[in-house]
Amino acid sequence: MYTWEQRIRATIPYVIMGIITLPIIVGYVWILISSFFFTTEGLVPKGRFTLEYWRFLVEPIAQRPSIWIITLNTLILALGMAVFVVLISAMAGYALSRLNFPGRKAFLSLTLILHAFPSVTLLIAIFYVLRAIKLYDTITGVVLVQVSLMLPLGVWLMKGFFDNVSWDMERAALIDGCGRLRTWWEILLPNIRPGIAALSIFSFITGWSSFLIPYTFTTTDTKATIAVYLNSLIGDSTFVTYGQVAAVGLFQLIPVMLFFIFSQEYLLNIYTGGTKGGV
Amino acid sequence: MRVQLENLTKRWGPVVGADNINLEIGDAEFVAFLGPSGCGKTTTLLMIAGIYKPTAGLIKFDGKVVNHLAPKDRNIGMVFQSYALYPHMTVFENLTFPLKLKKVPMEERRKRAQRVADMMGIGHLMDRKPAQLSGGQQQRVALGRALIKEPQLLLFDEPLSNLDARLRLTMRSEIKRLQMDLGITSIYVTHDQVEAMTMADRIAVMRDGKLQAYCPPDELYDQPRTLFVASFVGNPPMNFLEVEVVRENGEYHARCEGFDVIVPPERGEKAAGRGKVILGIRPEDVSLAEEGIAGEVYVVEPLGRDDLVDVRIGESKVHFLADPALRLKIGDTVRLRFNTHKVQFFDPQTEKSLLWTD
Repeated sequence: MYTWEQRIRATIPYVIMGIITLPIIVGYVWILISSFFFTTEGLVPKGRFTLEYWRFLVEPIAQRPSIWIITLNTLILALGMAVFVVLISAMAGYALSRLNFPGRKAFLSLTLILHAFPSVTLLIAIFYVLRAIKLYDTITGVVLVQVSLMLPLGVWLMKGFFDNVSWDMERAALIDGCGRLRTWWEILLPNIRPGIAALSIFSFITGWSSFLIPYTFTTTDTKATIAVYLNSLIGDSTFVTYGQVAAVGLFQLIPVMLFFIFSQEYLLNIYTGGTKGGV
Repeated sequence: MRVQLENLTKRWGPVVGADNINLEIGDAEFVAFLGPSGCGKTTTLLMIAGIYKPTAGLIKFDGKVVNHLAPKDRNIGMVFQSYALYPHMTVFENLTFPLKLKKVPMEERRKRAQRVADMMGIGHLMDRKPAQLSGGQQQRVALGRALIKEPQLLLFDEPLSNLDARLRLTMRSEIKRLQMDLGITSIYVTHDQVEAMTMADRIAVMRDGKLQAYCPPDELYDQPRTLFVASFVGNPPMNFLEVEVVRENGEYHARCEGFDVIVPPERGEKAAGRGKVILGIRPEDVSLAEEGIAGEVYVVEPLGRDDLVDVRIGESKVHFLADPALRLKIGDTVRLRFNTHKVQFFDPQTEKSLLWTD
């Protein structure tokens, strides 16, 4: 049995963590509460309970497009990122990890530098490029830009994962009769499932919550993403109905939270069992 | 299938992996590439497999140059040290992967997989994934995968290194038996000289990328061409003493401090009059005697069946195998007799044998 002292000692980490995360928790609780009540004083609801702020799900808010078109845009962006970032990074990462070609070292350092590069400084330049290729104010354009900005991280991550796969497995595949492309697709990719899962999740979330790029490069309100839509609720009137903002914000949050809750088990068990005979 | 290597070289910038390797392997022969880590044996093997491209030289299968052929077109099977099984596939899928790539129909695939699995004793493991198998079982699957396409050449890259000692013994004889039954030309890379000696028809000893010797195990043991080969092959390793060989009264004496033995004329005459030479004698050719060279026991290592005893004679050190019942202790004085019919002589500068190289 545990002594009282031991029990108290065991709870201390939880207490510390609780205190540190309190501000964030308070924030979330506020969002939840104020989306259902007309006014709140701090965390305490003052007005009546209402579903007024959730009506945007059914009928569009004044002069704004339906939330579902916006959600669709956001989904296209997020999925586009998950798919394209992973695909391109996996191919580039493989080449960097396994093949020897001129400029390889330079390319590697370049990806590292680009990853550290603040994307904000590129906005004006990107604007000109998008306009020139007639993709300004399109979802396609936004996806293209967002994917490109995520690639340095993706390539570096994928290369790291490929580096950890033993050369022997590829050699065995080459001897068994695979060409390079088939080896990549059938042998290597299944062995870096954790890497692919991690990168696609990061990319999806980056896309889902992205604000700056969609905001800068789309002007039509039907092309907005949820974050841009949210911003428009705050920016344009003198009176901001925070309840409304909270509701839309919660709407953006829910899918991601649900995803995490349901995939926790899978994410933790994502590592396929290793083999015994070396790496 | 015969394999010929002509002037085979592999260089990475200034680093030479394999330097001018010349050798020929006969049909159904089991050849071992033996040497310490970094000697170039795996490099040579991978060039034969087609995974490394040679910097210079030719590789011929049955007389035909294959340098330009991709690994999959060379009709070879390879077993890796780490087994290199595909962890996301079952044993059955691992075994039949080469056949699947050759577009062999499922029926045929199943038949051949069953045949190979029965041969390897893994028929009951078909649905498992590699992670659910023991090391020995994984080894057999790897071997099965190499054999299933009925290759003309089998390549082994230290396949038994990851197994425990017991299992290594059984697998050694199994692989040898299998190779004899199937008659497939095989190349076996290892750093373990016991493996090479017990399994190979001929052994190619390599060091620093160069081929040091290429002959059957007996010849390698009794007629080592270089000091390196003599020291590397044989367990416990050969004893070496720095001696001078002089001719006295019609007999050849090998002498150094506290040490004087008579050596047979055929061997002695090649070493005489050259100043200092290196004399080599194996521990099993040294024995206790009533009369002989005196020495002091320095260390006794019990090996179970024998004791490995380290004896100091003057400045030199000699190991020999003694009966444990004698209970030799540190500090004991012993008298040793040397079977000089088996003695070896080496040039101290070139490290080449004075007896077997002409």
